[in-house]
Formats: sequence, structure tokens, C-alpha cells
Amino acid sequence: MWKYIIKRILIAVPVLIGITVIEYFLMSLAGSPLDMIQGAHVSQAALSVKSAQLGLNRPVIVQYFTWLSQILTGNFGYSIKNNDAVSAMIGSHIGQTLLLMGVSLLISMLISVPAGVFSATHKNKVGDYSLMGLSFLGNSIPSFFLAMLLIYIFTIKLNLLPSGGMTTLGANLGNGDVVAHMIMPVIVLAVSMTGTNIRYIRSAVLEILQQDYLRTARAKGIGHFKVINKHALRNAMVSVITVFGMEIPTLFGGAIIVEQVFSWPGLGLMTMTAIINRDYPVIMGVSLVAALVVLLGNLLTDILYAVVDPTIQYH
Amino acid sequence: MGFLQKKVSESESYGHIVWRRFKRHKVALASLIVLVILTVAAVLAPLIAPNDPNAIAGMFGSAPDSKFLLGTDVIGRDVFSRLLYAMRISLLVGFMATVISTAVGVVLGLISGYFGGWIDMVIMRFTDMVMSFPYILLVLVAAAIFQPGMWNIILILGFVDWPGVARLVRGSTLSLRETNFVKSSVVSGMTKRHILFSEILPNTVAPILIYATLVLAVSMLDEAALSFLGMGVQPPAPSLGNMLNGAQSLTILTTKPWLWVPPGLTLVVLVISINFIGDALRDAIDPTTVMNSGGLSEADK
Repeated sequence: MWKYIIKRILIAVPVLIGITVIEYFLMSLAGSPLDMIQGAHVSQAALSVKSAQLGLNRPVIVQYFTWLSQILTGNFGYSIKNNDAVSAMIGSHIGQTLLLMGVSLLISMLISVPAGVFSATHKNKVGDYSLMGLSFLGNSIPSFFLAMLLIYIFTIKLNLLPSGGMTTLGANLGNGDVVAHMIMPVIVLAVSMTGTNIRYIRSAVLEILQQDYLRTARAKGIGHFKVINKHALRNAMVSVITVFGMEIPTLFGGAIIVEQVFSWPGLGLMTMTAIINRDYPVIMGVSLVAALVVLLGNLLTDILYAVVDPTIQYH
Repeated sequence: MGFLQKKVSESESYGHIVWRRFKRHKVALASLIVLVILTVAAVLAPLIAPNDPNAIAGMFGSAPDSKFLLGTDVIGRDVFSRLLYAMRISLLVGFMATVISTAVGVVLGLISGYFGGWIDMVIMRFTDMVMSFPYILLVLVAAAIFQPGMWNIILILGFVDWPGVARLVRGSTLSLRETNFVKSSVVSGMTKRHILFSEILPNTVAPILIYATLVLAVSMLDEAALSFLGMGVQPPAPSLGNMLNGAQSLTILTTKPWLWVPPGLTLVVLVISINFIGDALRDAIDPTTVMNSGGLSEADK
């Protein structure tokens, strides 16, 4: 088991390095970040000093390896915009994003697993059709439009929920306040994910329901409920885990848009600002962390496979 | 020539079967009709639109009335005319991005699946990299680097969306490579190009087509998201996403719903129609072949 985990980690390392290479060279195409601090009051000499200071006058490959060796010592560089340490910036924002992602993932799972199983066991009946319709709707509604509709209904019309931020400014209302601020962003993130998941889980369960061992289980007369929950669901878990594993990159991306609309003070909002300012060290840092989160998600998926499905072999 | 004609008639009857099965899905049929009507309206926008989409035609932000069906925006342009042109741009971006990503994915998938070995290794690891990257982040960075605009958005989405197609085609190629008709062509000394594009590719068209509908829906949503964030299609050109951009302000959100509800709903209707059509196609085209090649295969582990 440990050998298997270590092997998966070793496979992830080149992928991670590859991602940083792609990202770094993509950004070097964009031109100098110093363009952004140019202005009438900035002299050419000052710019070249700054450029030498940041190492921008060296070849891109050299710059990349400098960056990489710094990362290995735990130094993510400093924001060009305000000189904050990138690691500290990420550290103070990632918690909020992971909170949003985690809660949405959990909610989506709690809705889509029972809904998917229900749909599969009631195939081609009214309930199935309505759930499938809803799942397609969840998939097809743009997150920012859904966000606007929710703000329109719950903030403007009903005046129930705050439209943005994480806490009410100037008031210390505790966790309940944070929860109130989280409801809408979580709904938006969970809706599109749930739309996809219901259909995956439905087809996974449908496929398993046709297997011989399920027919045997039914023939033994152990009852419908037990057949579904003990035999079918357990075997469908492998697909369910795959789906949630695949969802992590999408979730991370979705968080960028949702945080923007709801001014949620997380990594996404910070990244958008960095992208607009061409703050490369920050973008690189976030990309690296994002890729790490995704690869960790994949690793976790692989390990969970092992827990759920004892027939998977590890070499 | 005779061989070619036989092939055409065969595919025609296959097309009939697919159409017959497709028609059984009432929702998908309705979606197809809606999509056709909206596409025609978008294509004919210059003829249908009552006003120039970029011209100031009336009062600032007036509510819908008989003259302006969907009212006017904050600088007095006709929202209905802008909506028609926005559909045109959004559909074009989605379609072109899908064509590009499908082409890239098909070529890489064919090469990877057919040649195997280190070529396969390199292509698949590269695919992994693109796939494990938070998609929107990559697109946003790319959009920030290459000046935002319609054609750049098409290229960016096209060159980011291909990994799914590549994996799908690779999977089909791997199994087709082992079939007798491909083996016999290899033995009889056909060129690799002929085998890849004239024998393997036609047999993977169905799953590719289904996947393409998915990519179309996704890239239309992505274009909208990018334009909404101000990184996509740039004003004054209207797109369904950038029409919603202005509604980020609370006053417009509250007092002028005709500015943001119609483009948002149009987008939902377009995307959901495409999704329903794709789903019915999946059912209509032999479901087992699709399940095998499009499912979550462990082949590349």
C-alpha cells in the first residue's frame, strides 16, 4: 500500500514540474511585468535597475531555474505589486477557498448520491425524468448568472442574505455570520457540480444493476433496499470517487468566478487581482498551489479506490 | 468508386437509424428545434435586428416597450438587437473553439493510440498536465497574456479544451488497432496515413460527435464567463457574457432586470438545448460503443 502511494507521488512530480514549465513560459510570452509600473514619473534607468533586481534581464530558462530552486527552499518570491511574500499571501487566502470548496463538495455529494441512486432505480419514470431535467439545468446555467439570480432574490427582494464578503464589516457576529455569507457562494458552486454528478452516479448504478451478482442478490430475496445499499452502492462507489476526484480542478476554477461575484476573500479573488496586475510571482505561486491541490485530490482518489475496491492491484 | 458509393449508402442508412432513435427523445427534439430557430435568428441578425447593435437608439436605460422589445441599455442601445448579435458571437466562439479543440484532440489521440510507446507516453503526460490544471485559471492567464478579443478567445479555448477528445480517440484507436480489418490493412501495406484517417477515424466519429456537443456547451459557458470577467469579447461588440458584465453593479441588478435577465436566460436555453441534444445523440448512436470508449477508462493508468 505504501509502495503504491509513493509510486503515485513519484508519478505526480513530473506532471507538477511540467505544469510550472508551461505556466512560466506562457507568462514570459506576455512581456515584462514592469510595463505595469511604467509611467511618466518612472525613468528608464530606474526600470532597468528594477529589472536587474528582479532578474528579468536574464534568459527565461535561467529565470525559471532560479524560481524553481527558490521554491524548493520554500521561498515563493514576492509580489511585484506590493512586495508581500507570496507564500504569506497564499497562506492567508487559501483557507477561505478551501472552506468554500470543501463545503460545496460535501453538499454536492449529499445531494447527488441519493438523487443519482433514486434516478437509476426509478429509470424512465417521472421522478427520473425530472431529476435528469434538473441535472441538465444545473449543468447549463452559468455560475455568474445563477449568482446574480440568487443575489436578486435573496438579497434584494427578500433581504435575507448578504450579497458579498465573508463577514459583516465592523461587526463580530461569529460563525453564524460566516455561514450566512457562505450560503449563496456554496449553492452556486454546488449546483453545477451536482448536475454532472447525478448523471454519472445514475449511469454507474444503472450499469451495476445489470450485473449478474446483483441478480443473484435479488434472487436470494434479501430485499430491494439491501440490494441497492449494500451491493449496488458499494460497487458504484468507485465511479463516484472518480467523479469527485475529477471535479477538483473544475471546483478550483469555479471558485475564481464565484469569489469574484460574491467578493469572497479567497485565493480566487486574489488571483484575479494578480492576473489584472500581471503580478507573475503571485500567479505562479497560485498556479503551483492549485496544481498541488489538484494532484493531491487525484492521489486521494487513488487511495480511496483502494479502500473501496479491494480487487484493485498495486504494482 | 464503387467501394466509395457503397460506404456512403451504408452511412446514410445508419444516419436514418440514428435519426429514428433520436426522435424518440421528445425533449431533445424540442431542443433541436429551439437551437435551430435561435441559430437562424443569430445568423440572420443583420436582417432581423431592428436597430444597429452599437448605435444609440433611444433613451438611457428605458424599460421594455413596443418600440424596444427588451428596453435599452445604460447608454441607450437597443438590448434586443444587441442580444441577437451577442448570440451570433457566442455561437461562433463556441463552434470555432469546438472545431479547433476537436481537431487537435483527434490528431493527438490518433497518434498516441496508434504509435504507442514513448510517443504515447509523452502525449498522455502532456494531456495529464493540461487536465490537472484548473481550467479557468489557465484560460484567464492566457487571456491576460494575449490581448482579449474574440479570435484570441477562440484560440485559447480551442487549445485548452482538447484533452478529453484526445483521451477518447486514443482509447478507441487502441481497441481498433487490434481489430482484424485494421490488421489486414497493415499486412497489405497500406500507408499509415490511410489507416489512421480512412479506417480508424471514421469508426470513432460517433463518440467524437457526442463529445463535441459537450465541448460546444462548455466553451459557450466559458466564453460567457471570460467575457463576464472582462477578459473575453470586448465591448462594444456584444456577447452573452459581456452583456451581463454591466449587471455586476447593484443598481442595474436591482432596477434594470431587462439588461441582464434576457442574455442570461438565452445562454441557459442555448446551452441546455445543446446538452439535451448531446444526451439524445448518445442514446441514439449505439450506446454500448460509447460507453466503452467514452467511459472512465483505466487504460492510461
